[in-house]
Amino acid sequence: MKYAYFPGCSLEKNALAYHNSTLAISAPLGLELEEIDDWNCCGATEYIAINRLAAYSLITRNLALAEKQFGKKDLVAPCSACFLNLSKADAYMQEDPPLAEKVNLALAEADLHYDGGTIKTRHLLHVLMEDFGLDAIKAHVTKPLKGLRIAPYYGCLIVRPGFLGKFDNAEYPTSLDRLMQSIGATVVDFPLKAACCGGHMTQLNQHIALDLLRVLLQNAADYQADVIVTLCPMCQLNLDAYQADVNRLFKTKFHIPILYFTQMIGLAFGMDAKTLGIGKELVDARRALAKIGVEVPPEEPPKKKRPSKEELPMPKMPEEG
Amino acid sequence: MAEATSHARTPTLFDRVVAATPGNSHLGMCIQCGTCGGSCPSGADMEHTPRALFALINAGMEEQVLRSNTPWYCVSCYYCMVRCPQSIHITDLMYTLKRMSIQEGLYRQSTASDAPGFSQDFIFFVENFGRSFELGIAAIYNLRYHPLDMPKMMPMGLGMMRKRRMDLTPKRIKDMTGLKAILAKAKELEGKI
Repeated sequence: MKYAYFPGCSLEKNALAYHNSTLAISAPLGLELEEIDDWNCCGATEYIAINRLAAYSLITRNLALAEKQFGKKDLVAPCSACFLNLSKADAYMQEDPPLAEKVNLALAEADLHYDGGTIKTRHLLHVLMEDFGLDAIKAHVTKPLKGLRIAPYYGCLIVRPGFLGKFDNAEYPTSLDRLMQSIGATVVDFPLKAACCGGHMTQLNQHIALDLLRVLLQNAADYQADVIVTLCPMCQLNLDAYQADVNRLFKTKFHIPILYFTQMIGLAFGMDAKTLGIGKELVDARRALAKIGVEVPPEEPPKKKRPSKEELPMPKMPEEG
Repeated sequence: MAEATSHARTPTLFDRVVAATPGNSHLGMCIQCGTCGGSCPSGADMEHTPRALFALINAGMEEQVLRSNTPWYCVSCYYCMVRCPQSIHITDLMYTLKRMSIQEGLYRQSTASDAPGFSQDFIFFVENFGRSFELGIAAIYNLRYHPLDMPKMMPMGLGMMRKRRMDLTPKRIKDMTGLKAILAKAKELEGKI
């Protein structure tokens, strides 16, 4: 099945592992993702705080480009924030005609136009669950994740508020649970599975943000999860990169690796860890994945800078290690 | 409503908030039940829960509303919005209040006064490159507002660098001219509400 694809800024670099694992599992499934040419940032939660019309025009430019390139098609966004922004803009383009008129006046400056409802934005999890289904995914499993305890973490925006229709329960979703069970993992009860990771709050108020993260990590630890599985680059970044800060502030000793659900599917499909971008997480996943016999590739040594011949001899710091 | 404007009155705070929010926000339907504040992950740190803020809007207490840290502490999780028995678009209203607070300059008196700066630094890269740029945003924002906290952030930043998860230069989209023209037009149109 063919879809338009909106990777989003995070998947270009910080969540490259999510992008790579998505592409890796889509090949055997027959999921064809065609990237929107020259897409731009969705504005996250920031542009909308500054200028309403500019924010909606920014988001809708992507939908207009998708319409120009593919006609009427479903658009897949693996990032929950991009998914929310694109579907929200699409919903308001239908619901609020004066807003839609102005957005189109702005888009006309670059010869673009978008009619609300043409491009349906869906999250990758929606597509895998609804268009492919558990049986199709199960059929490709060669190495079931037997014995790995997974806490399925949905975060907020994939289940709330559902601008283009509800996909799963807004407070206690189960689709990712079922998906992880179907690839052989043990899914632990995770009452905070749809609670917020804090989003951009790690930048604005560390105490609020780290407390939200602490509660999530504690909840996963209470249920003895080996890994937390996410489907959003923001959730992954916050739980992964700030886990050390949480430990420092609250004197806790959490060590829970945060992986993408596509990486877990890839492992169950028998793909190697490196292809799936495993090893990019800051909280090491080695110990957890050893439980299912997966070896994480060692970190690549940093490239040594070769001194140029013209360079003046300068004092150098002794090398570490 | 056209009928109501026959005897012209200056738009109240309530009118302006509703007009600046896309779609139908249902703000007038609030029954003051407090489900929003009770569901909010950062509610405990807010000066007013959304419910209280809506009561202040109804009372026309503009300064108190736009000086509140509440909109800036909203994490956009939409819990309040799906739980609200009156289907009020609370999260979108928070965005509206952020914009109004910046326009009126009242955010400076709030305890979250550096929050708009983060949004502004974020959109600087979007407006000039078409893509977000994490390293640039973090560097500019923290140098400007939290320079003394920067050493604390180094281990995380270095970790991201070591794992090659952070770009050192921003990426630029091809049709930057087109995007700039779109955004300039949008800003011009937004001026005429």
